[in-house]
Amino acid sequence: MARPRPEPMQVVKHRRDAALKALVEGVPYIRFLDIAFDRRGDELTGVLNFDEKLIGNPFLPALHGGVTAAFLEVTAVITLSWEHMFPRIESGEIEAGDILTDENIRFPKTIDFTVDYLRSGLPRDAYARAFINRSGRRYASVRVEAWQDNHAKLFAQGTGHFLMPQPPVSKG
Amino acid sequence: MADKTVLARQFIEAIPHAKALGLDLTHIGAGEAEISMPYNEQLIGDPRTGVIHGGALSAMLDTCCGAAVMSHPAAPGGTATIDLRIDYMRAATPGQSIRTRATCYHITRNVAFVRATATDDDSDRPVATASGAFTVEGG
Repeated sequence: MARPRPEPMQVVKHRRDAALKALVEGVPYIRFLDIAFDRRGDELTGVLNFDEKLIGNPFLPALHGGVTAAFLEVTAVITLSWEHMFPRIESGEIEAGDILTDENIRFPKTIDFTVDYLRSGLPRDAYARAFINRSGRRYASVRVEAWQDNHAKLFAQGTGHFLMPQPPVSKG
Repeated sequence: MADKTVLARQFIEAIPHAKALGLDLTHIGAGEAEISMPYNEQLIGDPRTGVIHGGALSAMLDTCCGAAVMSHPAAPGGTATIDLRIDYMRAATPGQSIRTRATCYHITRNVAFVRATATDDDSDRPVATASGAFTVEGG
């Protein structure tokens, strides 16, 4: 049985990048913090672009602890949403334009989020990656780590629990 | 004592991120702090509903907890977050401002323990609660 010919690389790349862009850039708060996502295959890295308004302690100076918490949480939700939707993006069921407009496409909701502050956030760009510990039908557990200059020296890590979007209740 | 409250207030009001969020310190003193944040479309987390992103609440709760620590009579100076847990009970109602209230309920030479609650206009049903441990600095 002949294997179907793989899709041209540009088609795959365009579909995935357009979906990710719609997912991230449609959210005002993600734009407010200026968080971007770097994609390699299905792996995402959150990038917090430094700005003076992210400072929490002007004397050190250091990133605001709340900004760090928000950055970790955004990275967790986007990574979880991305993995959750990825098969439907690949099959063409979800198109980039529908992601934030279609009522039927819903996102995980944060139940709780805990942040460990390991060292103070320096006034420069930060990076974060989320790992899905478990994603069930109703709940998901996600761990996130964040670093700046040296990936081995995390400045914060977090764990959160999320309520997964529920399929619409069928009538009858 | 009053000086310390003034200092804590000046410190909070000088935080660039607190300014960016439009935070207003409405009460501070004796290990307690209250902050209010007006509704702001830039902070929306779900563009379909206009609900504020949980991250903005985290930043607000963290600031409020830090202010409560600094205002505690036994705290000699600054503070930094060691750990903070936030529980999200419900979405904040779009268009309403959010208020947080934090209490530093125990403090040692090195660690301050803090709890906080966030509400909107319906103050009987919390939007989120937080609990955390903070460093005690400048002793």
